[in-house]
Amino acid sequence: MIAIIDYGVGNLFSLECSLKKIGESCIISGDVQTIRGADKLILPGVGAFGDAADKLRLSGLDKIILEEAKRGKHILGICLGMQLLFEKSFEYGEHCGLGIVRGQVRPLSEKVANLKIPHMGWNTLKFTRKTKLFDGINDGDYVYFVHSYYGQCADDSLVAVTDYGFDVTAAVQKDNVAGVQFHPEKSGETGLKILKNFADM
Amino acid sequence: MLAKRIIPCLDVKHGRVVKGKNFSALRDVDDPVELASFYSDGGADELVFYDIVASAEGRSLFCDVLRRVAENVFIPLTVGGGINSLNDFDRVLKCGADKVSVNSGAIRNPSLISQAAQRYGNQCVVLSMDVKLCDDGYRVYSLGGREKTDIDAVTWAQFGEDSGAGEIVVNSIDTDGMKGGFDVPLLDKIVSAVNIPVIASGGAGSVEHFIDLFRSVNVDAGLGASVFHFGDFTIKNLKEKLKQSGVEVRL
Repeated sequence: MIAIIDYGVGNLFSLECSLKKIGESCIISGDVQTIRGADKLILPGVGAFGDAADKLRLSGLDKIILEEAKRGKHILGICLGMQLLFEKSFEYGEHCGLGIVRGQVRPLSEKVANLKIPHMGWNTLKFTRKTKLFDGINDGDYVYFVHSYYGQCADDSLVAVTDYGFDVTAAVQKDNVAGVQFHPEKSGETGLKILKNFADM
Repeated sequence: MLAKRIIPCLDVKHGRVVKGKNFSALRDVDDPVELASFYSDGGADELVFYDIVASAEGRSLFCDVLRRVAENVFIPLTVGGGINSLNDFDRVLKCGADKVSVNSGAIRNPSLISQAAQRYGNQCVVLSMDVKLCDDGYRVYSLGGREKTDIDAVTWAQFGEDSGAGEIVVNSIDTDGMKGGFDVPLLDKIVSAVNIPVIASGGAGSVEHFIDLFRSVNVDAGLGASVFHFGDFTIKNLKEKLKQSGVEVRL
């Protein structure tokens, strides 16, 4: 059973549908016992970092996620959920994240002056190392991105990048915790394969 | 590199697709779920669903359709038609829409754009505008292109961006339905004025029109309706030709 962590941020319907499509049982929940009891966790999220980080903290789920990560549970952060794995973000102020991945979340606009923000659409993956999450996925495969900020790794967590004027972090992994900037639930067959890899870990 | 997107638009009325083509691969051409899967498998980068019935009964049918599509098709889904309030955003987002496009609703109540962007995020809000070249310049039309307003198209696009729209669909009334190509001069004006993705709509009739579009103006996507429903070419076919012409596409 995969628990999609519900902390009041974003629309989880598509994510739930995509897991059902690949035959995985899942539950959308903000309940501590349910999250503790799940085999794997997905940390979703859209919207602003500060607001999401506050909601995680207020619900106390930040501590539960850190505990479960330490226990070795496989966790996948998606989009803002990936960014929340970082130490801090500079989206409208300065906000603390979960700090599982060392580094910061910074605006794309400070790097790409002539490109449109948000970075929206299908872009290709380029791997810096191979992880099980991307079994069967190759350099050049397209996935769907929507974001205006990017994670800047300060440790060796980087797994894949995408080219949007510079090498933008597309995926990270720190031990049993992985994160993807793109939306696997909106990335067609490629995305479903990645979710299946996660479910099979 | 970021790929240029090809987006079919499906008009839905009473739970069925209007103007469905006789695709041999489809048993039921008017079934939105079948058609959506067909397009997705064929390489569509996104789908737009347009609710052309505003009645309460039509709306609940539309949401039902949307939910069934979202359960089966895993590419971004945009919904338009009859979006006038935050409640309308809520209604379609809960049924699986990823983005919601506002048109007349934003003309009537411009603050709807910023309200929706604040609540659901910029990525969720698409400003769709119907534009016609008039004696006094490019003007925005409301009510599906029936009613002229005094709003200048470039000003409206910039207002949309400033209010938090994540994307703009520019539909040219002048080229719409003519199958003579996209309205490149209009699109060029809008693209130069904003820094968010712009989707071209209206006028697609051939593969060459798409090639010409992406070569002449820096739009992010091309939208087509009847060209795909009745078209002489498939999306895959179109994308292969685009690639050969040096346009970055997802194949």
